[in-house]
Amino acid sequence: MKLILKIWRQENATAKGSMHTYSLDNVSPDMSFLEMMDVLNEQLMEQGIDPVAFDHDCREGICGSCSMFINGEAHGPDRLITTCQLHMRKFKDGDTIHIEPFRAKPFPVIKDLVVDRTAFDRIQHAGGFVSVNTSGNTQDANAIPIEKADADKAFDAAICIGCGACVATCKNASAMLFVSAKVSQYALLPQGQVEATDRVLNMVKQMDDEGFGNCTNTGACEVECPKGISLENIARMNREYLSANVKG
Amino acid sequence: MGVTLSSTILRKVAMALSGIFLMVFLLQHFVINITSVFSAAIFNQFSHFMGTNPIVQFLLQPILIFGVIFHFVMGFVLDIQNKRARGTRYAIYKGSANSSWVSRNMLTSGATVLAFLALHFYDFWVPEMNYKYVEVLPEDPTRYYEELVHKFEDVTRVVLYVISFFFLALHLTHGFSSSFQSMGFNNKYTPAVKSFGKLYAIGIPFGFAFIAIFHFLNH
Repeated sequence: MKLILKIWRQENATAKGSMHTYSLDNVSPDMSFLEMMDVLNEQLMEQGIDPVAFDHDCREGICGSCSMFINGEAHGPDRLITTCQLHMRKFKDGDTIHIEPFRAKPFPVIKDLVVDRTAFDRIQHAGGFVSVNTSGNTQDANAIPIEKADADKAFDAAICIGCGACVATCKNASAMLFVSAKVSQYALLPQGQVEATDRVLNMVKQMDDEGFGNCTNTGACEVECPKGISLENIARMNREYLSANVKG
Repeated sequence: MGVTLSSTILRKVAMALSGIFLMVFLLQHFVINITSVFSAAIFNQFSHFMGTNPIVQFLLQPILIFGVIFHFVMGFVLDIQNKRARGTRYAIYKGSANSSWVSRNMLTSGATVLAFLALHFYDFWVPEMNYKYVEVLPEDPTRYYEELVHKFEDVTRVVLYVISFFFLALHLTHGFSSSFQSMGFNNKYTPAVKSFGKLYAIGIPFGFAFIAIFHFLNH
């Protein structure tokens, strides 16, 4: 396949970026999107051009590192996948592909397609954990009976990889799907009840302090999420938050 | 709790609550108006009650006006905040791939309804306030039907109203179910709420449009 790639290039966090156009030949439909980017970078280096910086790590849809906004969609035109799981067979010979970084004020561009997503880390630090006594008397988690339906929902929330596609795709750059998944995974389990009030209040406060937008329930985040995190989690977080406010 | 509406969730809940309040008002408004199609006497009776009852006039009416202003102002404020949260805009953004047009354009449909409200206030509310509180004319319990019918003799007004009701339907299509989601209601009953919401979102504006067209054609 021959492709025209229009890619956001930005020297560093303070530089002004712009879209650059590159032509790439001999792209195999069996390549992953990131392999295609590797081939492009080899070509650029041969031409003495700075390669395109992009995030990647596991390349199997687990780590949540890859973060491209491809042809107007987070992680590209496929569903329930990350960019590393996207294959070139989703495109046609002669296609023009627009590749941009995930855009949100709290996700500033570091270089090219690499964005700083440490805002998510700070939200996690604010309450996305359970405090466990590790003195040797820790109760075996399996000894606590949990209803299957709750365990399943908690697991469904816990599979969020924190890639930021929800923020990138939301027209308001809202982080509510991510935060709600992190709140829900504990809210549904007995282990999470002790810190439930502080957790939701602190995590939502941190989310707001980071400058993410307001959720308007378009549902785009749920559709673009590579792990299929449900909007049900946002409703649960809202309930938890309102209840925590009443409890103080 | 949240009197400053400082958090995104509280703002969202406030929008939902004001929206639900306005939807309840809309239903009540429709029930009274549809009587004008069947009986001038019943419509006059209802209108006279609403127009002269002190609780309606001096308690519910100010609450309603506050609700309307709050909902619109908050909508614009949230939109500004949301645009700020994006920062640099995407060169290509394919919203249609993952969300409905109505859900992404609540501000457009809402602003159209706001423009309609200005016209609607000019048509009915301003003359009513003038009649009762400026000129202080003697109350005539039979005047309401004639006033309504007179307004819909003008085809331009009828067309503007029908267009506005179309945008109202779009706004409600997303707004109804969205308000429940914002309040934290998302469970096995959600599909039923969404279905009822669609029925309400299409039924009420269609009913209002029918009333306007009915009076235009019959007089």
